[in-house]
Amino acid sequence: MNVIELKQLTKTYRVYQKKEGLVASLRGLFQREYRDVNAVRGIDLTVAKGEFVAFLGPNGAGKTTTLKLLSGVINPTSGTAQVLGYVPWERKNAYRRRFALVMGQKNQLWWDLPANESYRLHQQIYRIEPAKFERTLDELTDLLSVRELLRQPVRELSLGERMKMELIAALLHSPEVLFLDEPTIGLDVIAQHNVRQFLKQYQLERQTTILLTSHYMKDVAALCERVVVIAHGQVEYDGSLAGILDRFSGHKIVTLAFTENQMPPDLTLFGEILEVIPPKAKLRIDRNVVAKKLASLLSHYSVEDVSVEDPPLEDVIADVFSRAARSKEA
Amino acid sequence: MYVRAHTWWTILRIALEERLVYRGDFALGTLMRFLPIITQIFLWWAIFESIGGGSAEKVEIANFTFPDMVAYYLLTMVGRAFSSMPGLASGVARQIRDGEIKKFLIQPVDMVGFLMLSRIAHKLAYYSVATLPFALVFYLCRGYFSAGWPDPLTLAAFIASLILGFLLGFFLETSIGLIGFWFLEVSSLLFVYMLFSFFLSGHMFPLDMLPEPWNLLVDLLPLKYLAYFPAAVFLGKVSQDELMLQLGIQVAWILFFIFLSRYLWKRGVRRYSGFGG
Repeated sequence: MNVIELKQLTKTYRVYQKKEGLVASLRGLFQREYRDVNAVRGIDLTVAKGEFVAFLGPNGAGKTTTLKLLSGVINPTSGTAQVLGYVPWERKNAYRRRFALVMGQKNQLWWDLPANESYRLHQQIYRIEPAKFERTLDELTDLLSVRELLRQPVRELSLGERMKMELIAALLHSPEVLFLDEPTIGLDVIAQHNVRQFLKQYQLERQTTILLTSHYMKDVAALCERVVVIAHGQVEYDGSLAGILDRFSGHKIVTLAFTENQMPPDLTLFGEILEVIPPKAKLRIDRNVVAKKLASLLSHYSVEDVSVEDPPLEDVIADVFSRAARSKEA
Repeated sequence: MYVRAHTWWTILRIALEERLVYRGDFALGTLMRFLPIITQIFLWWAIFESIGGGSAEKVEIANFTFPDMVAYYLLTMVGRAFSSMPGLASGVARQIRDGEIKKFLIQPVDMVGFLMLSRIAHKLAYYSVATLPFALVFYLCRGYFSAGWPDPLTLAAFIASLILGFLLGFFLETSIGLIGFWFLEVSSLLFVYMLFSFFLSGHMFPLDMLPEPWNLLVDLLPLKYLAYFPAAVFLGKVSQDELMLQLGIQVAWILFFIFLSRYLWKRGVRRYSGFGG
């Protein structure tokens, strides 16, 4: 069953162009110039129940805009979307009780009160049965081990602790669909790890459908089986994380350690040189010829150690992004 | 219905707790608010005295004796304790500018209703602290209330005018704040409103002193219900048959601003979600 269905979804913003200088600013008071920004340009996407999908893309690619469209904060320019059978931007209460949006930099808890009080409020506005509320809150506080923080004013919590509290607030009503916009932004390595572990376990138990955007590849690698790469408002890739390598990277990274003074004089015959620190060399070799080149190297030179790896995922994705940027400019 | 009432109660209770975090700040603020009145009283004393040729007694300005004048200022303080909404309009505009408003699009809760409950909590917290200094000042100044307590009917009308004053102030300022959907900054608009309100609500002087054409204008505007009207009712300056008409006009203004705030919210959200949030 598909929980999320997007068809040719587009969103164009009209942005006021402010000119530099006082005279231009004054003119701007009467005659404004606008520029159209195509934030989302025809996205098709279906997500089945229980999937954990990551949105990858450079800043301004349209990831957050898509999440805003799905949570009904903004209306699309054209196209259709259905989440749990609802049109998000109709903002029906029935829909709003069944999903949650967590934004890493936005606060929905009452700053001066203990998180506990904000949760009581959520219990009321989301109409959560008291028994179920207690049970869910119990489970979540245990999973995130924050029981002793419940009674502390939110403003006294650290960023990582606050994020955990935010997550609890968003999950109290057991949303069937969860949108996470940069949930680990600004957190230290340990807090990132904790949040990640929690999300993984929570999703495993509840089978909640989750859409996540993140800049941290580790988040994505740890959590999501399916990755949607968005660049310039369009879906560039939709598939497994490993699949990105097959699709976008035509190379392998080969690291060789030669026996003393055995390094070939011209390594460029075998591939692109990335690094040479005798007796070691790191080469980038075309995927199609890796086997052939390696065989020839091994048969002509004395090699002590060899490793063949895929290029780092971050590099491949950065490459995909910049390629998308270039093709747009062209 | 019961569920909804329970929700409202929870919002009210939590907002109240939040406000009480700042109770120390309130207590001081309340006493300070009486200070400007003292200068106004001295000013009027000088005016009454110079008209009376050295004696302020037996002088009347627009049917106000000097004690009436003091009583009037104290009563407008009570009226404004209900109708003034510090930070409401600017807060709404700020939430729109910062995008905090998204919360009300995502969560199943109505923004205007939520704001109203927070404001009631705000007021209750304020009264819980302010009642004592108010009572003290009124007790010390009891001599100025020459007519004593008004009759029960007038008292009831006074209380009604205070509560209606709260509603009017709330929906009026909410409407101003919601204009923030169109102009990111409403502070200059708010300044103009405050300026008019200062003179035309009766905060500065009793509105009976205004000459003829202005008088009619002020009668038709909503502003006088924020300060002048409750005080005038208490002091018996509003006749029985006038009273119902005036309350009627006040209710009409409240309804107008309820509809206006709903309309602005609806149009504003459409604009906001169309432009990009």
